[in-house]
Amino acid sequence: MRKLLKYLKHYKVQAVLAPLFKLLEASFELIVPLVVSAIINQIDTGEGSTSYVIYACLILVALGLVGLVSAVAAQYFAAKAAVGFSKELRHDLFKKMQSLSYSDIDKLGTGKMITRMTSDVNQVQSGVNMVLRLFMRSPFIVFGAMIMAFTISSLAGGIFAAAIAVLCIVVFGIMLISIPLYKKVQGNLDNVTVATRETLAGARVLRAFCKEDDEIDKYNAKNAELTKSQLFVGKISALMNPLTFAIINVAIIILLYVGAIKFEAGVLNRGQVVALYNYMSQILIELIKLANLIITVTKSFACAGRISEILDMNPSLKNGIKTLADNANFIEYRNVTVNYSDSPLNALENVNFSVKRGETVGIIGGTGAGKTTLVNVLPHFYDVNGGEVILDGINVNAYGDEQLREICGVVPQRAVLFEGTIRDNLRWGNENATDDDIMSAVNAAQAADVINAKSNGLDEIVEQGGKNFSGGQRQRLTIARALVKKPQILILDDSASALDYATDAKLRQSIKNLEYKPTVFIVSQRTSSIRHADKIIVLDGGKMVGAGTHDELLKNNEVYREIHFSQFEKGGGNG
Amino acid sequence: MAKPSQKLILKRVLKQLKPYGFLLAATIFFALISVAGALIVPIFFGQVIDLLIDGAAVDFSKIFEKFIAIGATLAVTCLAQWLMNAINNKITYNVVRDIREEAFSKIQVLPLKFIDAHSYGDIVGRNVADVDQFADGLLMGFTQLFTGILTIVGTLGIMIAINWVIALIVFVITPLSLFVAKFIATRTYSLFRKASEIRGEQTAFIDEMIGNLKVVKAFNREDENLEKFDGINERLTKASLKSIFYSSLTNPCTRFVNAVVYAAVALSGALMLVWSTPLPVVFSVGMLTSLLSYANQYTKPFNEISGVITELQNAVACAGRIYEVIDEEPQKPDNENALTLENVKGDISFEGVYFSYTQDRKLIENLNISARAGQRIAIVGPTGCGKTTLINLLMRFYDPDSGNIYVDGNDIMDVTRKSLRKNYGMVLQETWLKSGTVSENIAMGNPSASREEIEAAARAAHAHNFIMQLPYGYDTVISEDGLSQGQKQLLCIARIMLCLPPMLILDEATSSIDTRTEKKIQNAFSKLMNGRTSFIVAHRLSTIKEADLILVMNNGNIIEQGTHDELLAKDGFYSKLYNSQFAI
Repeated sequence: MRKLLKYLKHYKVQAVLAPLFKLLEASFELIVPLVVSAIINQIDTGEGSTSYVIYACLILVALGLVGLVSAVAAQYFAAKAAVGFSKELRHDLFKKMQSLSYSDIDKLGTGKMITRMTSDVNQVQSGVNMVLRLFMRSPFIVFGAMIMAFTISSLAGGIFAAAIAVLCIVVFGIMLISIPLYKKVQGNLDNVTVATRETLAGARVLRAFCKEDDEIDKYNAKNAELTKSQLFVGKISALMNPLTFAIINVAIIILLYVGAIKFEAGVLNRGQVVALYNYMSQILIELIKLANLIITVTKSFACAGRISEILDMNPSLKNGIKTLADNANFIEYRNVTVNYSDSPLNALENVNFSVKRGETVGIIGGTGAGKTTLVNVLPHFYDVNGGEVILDGINVNAYGDEQLREICGVVPQRAVLFEGTIRDNLRWGNENATDDDIMSAVNAAQAADVINAKSNGLDEIVEQGGKNFSGGQRQRLTIARALVKKPQILILDDSASALDYATDAKLRQSIKNLEYKPTVFIVSQRTSSIRHADKIIVLDGGKMVGAGTHDELLKNNEVYREIHFSQFEKGGGNG
Repeated sequence: MAKPSQKLILKRVLKQLKPYGFLLAATIFFALISVAGALIVPIFFGQVIDLLIDGAAVDFSKIFEKFIAIGATLAVTCLAQWLMNAINNKITYNVVRDIREEAFSKIQVLPLKFIDAHSYGDIVGRNVADVDQFADGLLMGFTQLFTGILTIVGTLGIMIAINWVIALIVFVITPLSLFVAKFIATRTYSLFRKASEIRGEQTAFIDEMIGNLKVVKAFNREDENLEKFDGINERLTKASLKSIFYSSLTNPCTRFVNAVVYAAVALSGALMLVWSTPLPVVFSVGMLTSLLSYANQYTKPFNEISGVITELQNAVACAGRIYEVIDEEPQKPDNENALTLENVKGDISFEGVYFSYTQDRKLIENLNISARAGQRIAIVGPTGCGKTTLINLLMRFYDPDSGNIYVDGNDIMDVTRKSLRKNYGMVLQETWLKSGTVSENIAMGNPSASREEIEAAARAAHAHNFIMQLPYGYDTVISEDGLSQGQKQLLCIARIMLCLPPMLILDEATSSIDTRTEKKIQNAFSKLMNGRTSFIVAHRLSTIKEADLILVMNNGNIIEQGTHDELLAKDGFYSKLYNSQFAI
């Protein structure tokens, strides 16, 4: 929680004013028993007059009015500060999540990131609001009552002090016990979030396998787990109210006993005993109110901890700031080895090759051979565990990530589009692209008929995840999106898999004809897609087992030959 | 989704509480005890103060008697309070559990049309964040509403007993605070609703962007996204500020009314004492003290109740959003006397089927197909021609607008969805695996399968080798992005290799698998397809050549059908498509 305090920095004024006005309101409330005690004493001594009573009661009303004004001001400032706080917190959290590396994203998972962004932040926001509104007021009333008690009798003040000490132990004790428990509750809530997301995303497959009932059972178990943890921590928090009630009333008993002795000794008069009693009652009222709020605050402490976990994550990638020079060997892999965490096997092992500017590189190999890994280390999505990836003479780690991704146009395996118009989606490549720029990229990506088929052309709405486009349409649009960027390096990660051969061939031809002559990496399983590449890298089980042109490899590479002839009958006229 | 009115939602919430009638009665009972206790204690204290008489010796034995009575009351009260709180927790969290279960079960029967058309983030947000807010409000309502009302009734009774004149004054003034609270509450409901809508929008945006963070990063879109996010964030901030501030006005306003009540009690009580009571009521300073403290106790619940009302407003707004999902029209349930498909042979026919996703865009018109048991039907055609739609219809993910589809002569509308789907094995291009271990995923269609059977299926799908390379083999937990598309497809294939249903749907089932492995799998598929009616969608025409029937689709219609050789001889659309793959 402490770490999150900085998000109040722009709301310093409000954060100070809110409790200040609350204090003002509280201090007016503290005067009330004084006025009442004065009235009672006047009556007790027989000096009470109608005009005095009316005068005193008018003061009571006036105190209430001033209290109202300060309270409204306090609520406004508190709300402003709390809402502003969560705004900046959400901003930073979103920013932080966007800065995480691929491997961090793999580790955290989407569901968890979403609960932290939503449920946890909301919880912290109500916590801040409550703290500003009441955490200053309550201690102030409690300690104020104690000081007032001291002014009446130091012995009575001592009783107040002792009671407050016991209260603190109870309140903080319960808080300390329940914070980790609330953390667990939120953890269980994560599971519920993940399960809900999954059942939506997998609706087709789940129904195909008639898994609906199973899903419900599993979800119910997770849900029950959540309920159980909520009930457990609820039982502990529920102690707060009865315990404070008991402590204060016991303190009142002691207070009245001591008061009676002092009264008999003539040290205190009745008005003073009544005032002491009233002060103690005021503490009680305040604390009962506080108990419910402490639960809110305890929860938000737990949530704040979960948010801090993400904010404190160090991006696992390190960035440099170098910019591109102009070297003949544009890209070079030197002994590159990659290992994803937990895996006993390297995803990529000792890969060596170099590429000249403007060349086309084909990458081929079996499922899980390391093809995607090979292209993912070039834009520095992952760090290499051994060797180096050299771009234009310098290790890619030395460049700024932003610059690397400016140079590289990536078309990932999974063709994802975002909510918005087609135009919005294609402009991801270049915010300033004109419709002409976009259309020439669309034409090159063989996506013109996708757009022509839609009644609104580029203005056609894309639903979330691109659900209103078929797999092949999405693939071509994602290719166009990368081309709008006019990248120096174009990476096609098996991104033509849903295209028929004819379209695939046309696509390759038009990429070859691009006037800005990008260096192209084509990951594919079809030899037909890469046979015209300047260089073909053959991967098998993470190792590079061959490199060369189609004809060379066909002559002397067993693996390549096997792949090729699995697609084109040996000796047949088709090849 | 239709927005239910506030009143309707409240009714729903009450209905939801019905199963907890006994607990509700218990919590009211304990609330009664704890309120009574809290009210009696000050009376005892007032009596103690009245025992302090000027000029006389203090009767300590009487005071001790009172103290013992207070102690006993305290013990009972505290226990009752704790029990009440615990029961309130129980009711609230169980109700919330029920709602979440209901919503989740509903999702299982919602038509895919609904799921396809709504963002996951929004629905997830409703089931998680909104229900959470609802729980907070409900809990607060329980803990404070009952005790509040009981305290008001109880204190009023005692005040009448002490001095009915003053009690009357109090009784007349206090409803003012309720008016104030109601005035504010009715005006803030729409504000809460709006804030909660914007929150939903934000959740959907987060879901989309965080869910596809890798693409976002590849395109350096972090700044633009942040900007867009900030835009929503800004609107949310404004809306929440309004709703939070206006609703928080209730408390100070009612508190002011209370201050007036307090002053009125002090005024009337003190005047009665000054004027030496012309009324037929016995009145003392001790009584005035008690009355004042009761006046405080009496007004406090008004404060709390008004606070609870705003909290409940918010809760009702949130409950409304989740009820929208729960009340959504489910898919048409199976006919009452729907058949359970058993021992399916696999004769499938489409007769005059019409279908479109949206009314204004026609897709499939008057489609007629007939496939005999054991045939291999290949569907080819350009992307977007309706291949996937055909599968949606076969599996009853969507129902035709008109026309009929038959399996073994049974109209599939008269067959249970479950038994229909159980008889299909489906592998889609869009791979989806559930979070869980590799073996759990393979055993999806047959959870009782032994490890040997699972391994055999994985071997048949040529997935065994890569599975063994994973950190924990078959027990490796699959993460969202841990496997390549090809590996995922192999697992999806292993999944159907294990349950061997009589009919197959393979929609680009091997599109991400390398051709060497694919070739091997083809052999396994060939064996699998023997005697099973199979629908195969593929762009690699080599896999289609051996089909018994090839349907060539374009724009939702079948434009050619026949075997490979027949279609080549026709020299039409198909032969053009087939030859293009070699035109490099």
